[in-house]
Amino acid sequence: MQRDLTDSMRERIASASAGKTPVSICGGNSKNFYGHPCEGETIDVSQHSGVLEYEPSELVIHARAGTALADIENLLSQHRQMLAFEPPHFSSTGTLGGAVASGLAGPGRPFAGSVRDSVLGVGLINGRGDSLNFGGRVMKNVAGYDVSRLMAGALGTLGLLTDVSLKVLPKPASEYTLRQACPQQDAILRFAQWMAKPLPLSAACWFDGHLYLRLSGTETAVRQAQHQLGDTLMEQASGWWTAIRDQQHGFFQRQAALWRLSVPPATPPLAISGEWLIDWAGGQRWLSSDESAASIRRMTASVGGHATLFRNGDPSTDIFHPLPAPLFKLHRRLKQALDPNGILNPGRMYKGL
Amino acid sequence: MNETATVMEREDFIAGLGLPPHCILSEDSELRPYECDGLSAYQQVPWLVLLPETVQQVQSILGYCHQRKVAVVARGAGTGLSGGALPLANGVLLSLARFNSILDIDLDNRLARVQPGVRNLAISQAVAQHGLYYAPDPSSQIACSIGGNVAENAGGVHCLKYGLTVHNIAQVKVVCMDGELLNIGSHALDSAGYDLLALMTGSEGLLGVIVEVTVRLLPVPETAQVLLAAFDSVETAGHAVAGIISAGILPAGLEMMDSLAIRAAEDFVHAGYPHDAAAILLCELDGTQAEVETRISEVQELLTDMGARDLRLAHDDQERQKFWAGRKAAFPAVGRISPDYYCMDGTIPRKHLGKVLSTISQWSSEYNLPVANVFHAGDGNLHPLILYDANKPGELERTEEFGGRILELCIEVGGTITGEHGVGMEKINQMCVQFNENELQQFHAIKKAFDPHGLLNPGKAIPTLARCAEFGRMHVHGGELPFPELERF
Repeated sequence: MQRDLTDSMRERIASASAGKTPVSICGGNSKNFYGHPCEGETIDVSQHSGVLEYEPSELVIHARAGTALADIENLLSQHRQMLAFEPPHFSSTGTLGGAVASGLAGPGRPFAGSVRDSVLGVGLINGRGDSLNFGGRVMKNVAGYDVSRLMAGALGTLGLLTDVSLKVLPKPASEYTLRQACPQQDAILRFAQWMAKPLPLSAACWFDGHLYLRLSGTETAVRQAQHQLGDTLMEQASGWWTAIRDQQHGFFQRQAALWRLSVPPATPPLAISGEWLIDWAGGQRWLSSDESAASIRRMTASVGGHATLFRNGDPSTDIFHPLPAPLFKLHRRLKQALDPNGILNPGRMYKGL
Repeated sequence: MNETATVMEREDFIAGLGLPPHCILSEDSELRPYECDGLSAYQQVPWLVLLPETVQQVQSILGYCHQRKVAVVARGAGTGLSGGALPLANGVLLSLARFNSILDIDLDNRLARVQPGVRNLAISQAVAQHGLYYAPDPSSQIACSIGGNVAENAGGVHCLKYGLTVHNIAQVKVVCMDGELLNIGSHALDSAGYDLLALMTGSEGLLGVIVEVTVRLLPVPETAQVLLAAFDSVETAGHAVAGIISAGILPAGLEMMDSLAIRAAEDFVHAGYPHDAAAILLCELDGTQAEVETRISEVQELLTDMGARDLRLAHDDQERQKFWAGRKAAFPAVGRISPDYYCMDGTIPRKHLGKVLSTISQWSSEYNLPVANVFHAGDGNLHPLILYDANKPGELERTEEFGGRILELCIEVGGTITGEHGVGMEKINQMCVQFNENELQQFHAIKKAFDPHGLLNPGKAIPTLARCAEFGRMHVHGGELPFPELERF
């Protein structure tokens, strides 16, 4: 389905800006649990859809923000290409705009880059109702401030994304997942050792006394690395990573608060009580825990990380890690530069943004 | 402060700075070496040069300038090609040259925390013993500093596979114009709040002064091999590039040169390039031994199928260096065959390469000005070099007009006016073609969020709305770049 709703969305934002009434931007509504609820009339971007340009030989796809993520991935897959950041699908309705605005990436992130690493350009409507384009559809572009990458993870608080250009990657010719029994502490050490070697790694995870390693590349390279690492082949490999990526795995179905801790990858296991699932070769740690937000955040900050209350949280708790005052002041000024009347998803990320 | 800044005002300003005398340069002979960066066409002796040695000194300098409403231009190694570090007649030139220490190497997390004046290549050299390196490799990497790399979002020949500076840094410490020190980014893989690290990278010194950088390190690939392929037309070579990418192969480097560039380079460094080829491709593949072996044979087959008439694999590291030597010497080689040349830095979607090159070739005949093309084919970054003679009346003006049309063409086919050299002073006017009024206004609003009085590097990178007139360029006279010993590619 191809529809261009830019004009109507621009008019709605311009009138919301004039009336200083908040709007809530919504794509496929697959991540409505993420962040604080925000008030305001919903602008549904999911109908603003369609792939605008895709040339496999350019390694670039340009599509409207409401295009279903699944449609984009299917199209790329037909040409043996993929989104490097492996966006999570929390339901089948996720959109491209939502994937970029949330900035969430799957298991491949430490190896193939983050959401913003793939962003080449965006079209957006700012809080004044201006339709603007930043970046472009080429790999190298240093003209002007990098506003397009700033949009990744900003949760729609700086602009409504109308279209996005992404760098895509060829799919690896073959892929194997290895599994080995290993305590958490040893797994983190081994991840750090392997990451410093030229191995064809593409994901590294630990859960419930086992480490999981994904190798990607040419058939011979992957086989060779597998022999080198000397582990046992795990069956049904691809299902494992998808379940982790999309949080379908049983670990994510618990009742306790689900925390996402982002820490320097080699950080030793943290002494916080709860259940752990370690992804991103140690860099992203999922924690299911009843510990207080304050103590989880204190522990995480002490190792140079930050903690997000991802799901099942007490509604009065800050979802995102509080920022130091001078940095928050800058965030507010930046918000004001793009959305002077504070109408775009106000409070979804932080109170005051 | 206005243009009539006098010696007395300067002395009064210095008195209030509280900096040790050895950190202050104010004599004309001391100021003159700072009059330009790597783009010598633009020159301006600075009002004052400050060489702080501590972060605290940078904070107090900026706070003081903020209070006195004096503009500040930050400068790293001064190798930039767009005049981004061009000084002001009435402002401070803040050199970060004394911030030249590697502070910490975190092998477990593969990070190096360095001061901004550390040279790009020095980082890789410092970690080589651990089998690690810092991936972005701008051609000036033996001299350019990491702070400048961040300010310009520097690239190199390996961008397609390894990304730009923005993809390879974890954290920066930045002093804002009011003297506040901010930590942006973290040693984790992301940080809370907006991605200010992305915004700061490539902001050309307009948003803050970088006083520390943490870069990501990668394991050195087990092996790298390079293929040299010759073609009878640039179009065929262009199709071969598309063929390699479509086959699911991501080369570490993929470079193209046209016949004029080939002949100039071959005559200069004898790299072994076929003199009669219309275009050559250099394709470098890296990775594990097994991976590279498989890929090399795939690429060999593919290139043969796609019309390569001469295909050579570098058999050892020496031959590999020789193949690269011609490409890396392309700029100075062109400088040998023409009194002056003028270098463009546009990026285009690769599929338009044929159209863009044939249009350039047509214009080249119309203007009667030869053009040599060197091309980062993998990522679409085109460097046409227009050959001219500034001593011939009117030739410079024709060259400027020609160059302007090339940049407009890059924008027209969906590309950009600058892929890696930055806007700086040089391409400030072309920004008006690439961005509309609303977009420029948005840039100015962002600038204001960081620097409300517009004191950081004013007049660069983002044009005022009033200023949209002509196109700029990189001038090279007599083949002499300000840093003739540096490779430029």
